[in-house]
Amino acid sequence: MSNLGLIISLLIIGAGLLWLLIRSLQGKEVERRIIFLFIGLAVSVPLLFNITFSEKATPIVKALYDKIDNLPEGSNILLSFDYGPTMAPEVQPMSDVLIRHVLAKNHHLFLMGLWATGQSLGAEAVDRIIKGDFPEKIDGIDFVNIGYKAGNQGVLNVIVTDFRKLYATDVGGRDLDSLPIFNGIKSLKDMDLLISVGGGFPGVKEWVQFAGDPGNVPTGGGSAAVSAPLLYPYYPRQMLGLMGGIKGAAEYESEFKRHYERFKDMPEPGVKMMGPQTLAHLVIMAFIVIGNLSYFFGKKGKQS
Amino acid sequence: MKRKIPVLITFVVGSVLILSVFFPPIETWGEDFSIFFDIIAVFAFFLGGGNLLRIHTKKAIKRQKDWGFSIVTVLGFIIMLIAGLFKVWNDGGIAGDVAAPGSLFQMMYNWIFTPLGATMYALLAFFVASASYRAFRAKNVGATILLVASFIILLGRTPLGTYVTGWIPKSLSIFNIPDLAIWIMTAPNLAGQRAIMIGIALGVVSMSLRLILGVERTYLGVDNE
Amino acid sequence: MAVTKKISLLILAIVIVLFAVSWIAKTGTFEDTGMPLGLSVRDGFLVTFAAFLTLSIFSFLYKDNPYYKFAEHLFVGVSAAYWMCVGFWSTFVGNFIPKVSEGLSNFFEVPYKGFDVFYFIPLILGIMLLLRMSSKIGWISRWSLAFIVGTTAGLNLIRYMRSDFISQVSNTFVPLVVDWQGFGAFFSDLSLNASGQLIMTMSNWVIFIGVFCGIIYFFFSKEHSGFFGGASKVGIWVLMVTFGASFGYTVMGRVSLLVGRLTFLFHDWLGLIN
Repeated sequence: MSNLGLIISLLIIGAGLLWLLIRSLQGKEVERRIIFLFIGLAVSVPLLFNITFSEKATPIVKALYDKIDNLPEGSNILLSFDYGPTMAPEVQPMSDVLIRHVLAKNHHLFLMGLWATGQSLGAEAVDRIIKGDFPEKIDGIDFVNIGYKAGNQGVLNVIVTDFRKLYATDVGGRDLDSLPIFNGIKSLKDMDLLISVGGGFPGVKEWVQFAGDPGNVPTGGGSAAVSAPLLYPYYPRQMLGLMGGIKGAAEYESEFKRHYERFKDMPEPGVKMMGPQTLAHLVIMAFIVIGNLSYFFGKKGKQS
Repeated sequence: MKRKIPVLITFVVGSVLILSVFFPPIETWGEDFSIFFDIIAVFAFFLGGGNLLRIHTKKAIKRQKDWGFSIVTVLGFIIMLIAGLFKVWNDGGIAGDVAAPGSLFQMMYNWIFTPLGATMYALLAFFVASASYRAFRAKNVGATILLVASFIILLGRTPLGTYVTGWIPKSLSIFNIPDLAIWIMTAPNLAGQRAIMIGIALGVVSMSLRLILGVERTYLGVDNE
Repeated sequence: MAVTKKISLLILAIVIVLFAVSWIAKTGTFEDTGMPLGLSVRDGFLVTFAAFLTLSIFSFLYKDNPYYKFAEHLFVGVSAAYWMCVGFWSTFVGNFIPKVSEGLSNFFEVPYKGFDVFYFIPLILGIMLLLRMSSKIGWISRWSLAFIVGTTAGLNLIRYMRSDFISQVSNTFVPLVVDWQGFGAFFSDLSLNASGQLIMTMSNWVIFIGVFCGIIYFFFSKEHSGFFGGASKVGIWVLMVTFGASFGYTVMGRVSLLVGRLTFLFHDWLGLIN
């Protein structure tokens, strides 16, 4: 199905691009709604035919994977949901696979958010992934969701020295001191790894600036593709690893599935999205080439 | 009074936060100011919501253009506010998480806020495609370099790159497009982003100093009297 | 005009009919999975409404229309209230109330942390901020703004200096010859292997020179001529590669969001994919 779908997708898109090329070289105007239709088809057709490809982790993603995998069991890992619905399709697969990986290694998972929407996302992740895949994990012992506080980087400035100054309870209203998972945890400096998943402000950059660097705590991230290039200057000394965009999520999912037999049937939204992504990239590249060919060699281009 | 006291407040608060890094005895002052900032930020949310309500209610009452849609805004705002403030259908009661599964608030987040927000940004994919066809021209050396780099990244960040150049032997693997894409990200891209980052950092530091020392006062607005 | 109004009414009628059909169909689908009727009706409505909102936003690609405006205005109202509610419960009730009132702390069922008179500072400043809505005494909100600006400036100065300046400059001083084991070893293994010594060395040269030239480009106090101009030109080229990489990633990001929405439509709403 996948191979047949790939051939059909390429035929449809190829025919359309050929038509576009001819029309552009003839100097005829192409309505922008036709362009929109093209990109819609380029994404829809592979999605309907379930076209997927295998993925291999690049060094920057592998670094984050290896860090979580090599930490001793029972390590404290904090995951911050720093995104909203506008970025969720891209970064939600990252947070899903990170939660699975952290709990599969029997580490302690601390969930929070610097975005207000992080509160809902954390609650939803607990409900969907933790209760679904890890029913044996106990809230307050193996994981905890402390939710959101307003203040962006101001929040990090406080919790890098003392959690309890800002967080008295978890989202369920339970005192932090009553939770076994918080025994011996005073601040972010007691964490073994900080991970921020997001792509806007505040995000991975603020975690490096206000938590990782001042607190000297290893920091990793998952970032929307738009923000990922901006984070490379921090790699690898200030940020040990990064999942950039849906490709990063797909790489991490593939790496995780390869090593954890128990999760061989887990959903791979990142990998699934790479099929439509690949064809859409192909179409965008074709648009750039066609646009330039019509500019330099087309009737309109020659006239100018 | 209208301008001198705010400038003094900025100076005191900014100075305390800077000095708290170097003098541990006043570290707690810095943390307290950060917590006060967090609480004031919530009032900023109230201000935004209140302003929104005021503008759209006025629009609806005066029957200005698109006043019908202003009613939609006001209704959506009020229903979401009631759902959140009173934790409607929330199993945990007043102490429970406002975004608890099954609550009206979380339902509205999942089925109204999420689809709308995500789709708004999904529209950008179409506009990026249109811009690629209409605007991207290799008119000079710089633009050509930009296009070549973007091509390598677009190819290299998908499995297509592997299929196209996967046959290249290891001794020439830098020409393998995915490896070339990784090299571009970790070498020239890193260099360019670092140069920009250093420039921005210097700008932020100088602007922060100007604000704290009261040289920059544009945030105070203009006096009408 | 009458024709336009007729077409609009026709489209509205079609939308209503399709909405009803989808609602009934989704209710049936949920009932088939064993869900009680009440919940099936609710979830059927929610999925249909979410699909309606998604398609309303997409309709903007054809042209601006009342369905898009409806969805846009609804989004504005709902998102403003969302931020207010979460901010109120998480920070106002979570951080402010426990420090000022035992009675309110008991009412909201949050642990009381002892009275702290200094916590009236953010309360007073917060109320001052709200006075911005008044044209007569709105000027008093400047005091709150000053506090916000002072906090942000104070925090950012040190963090940007440390993480984005000192660390970045330090990280740029990379070895310009990597893993040197002698001329023999270097020339015997001379290859364009992506993780080989030659490429790693070249990467460090690109980073060092690229950062140096990129910063030179942004120095506008001196004319870009001679050696300085040449270095500035190299800086532009490096920046062009950076922007090209950013464009590639931006395309990836935007397309991902589109794939996400189409996945919702094809999977959650229409059930066309697994």
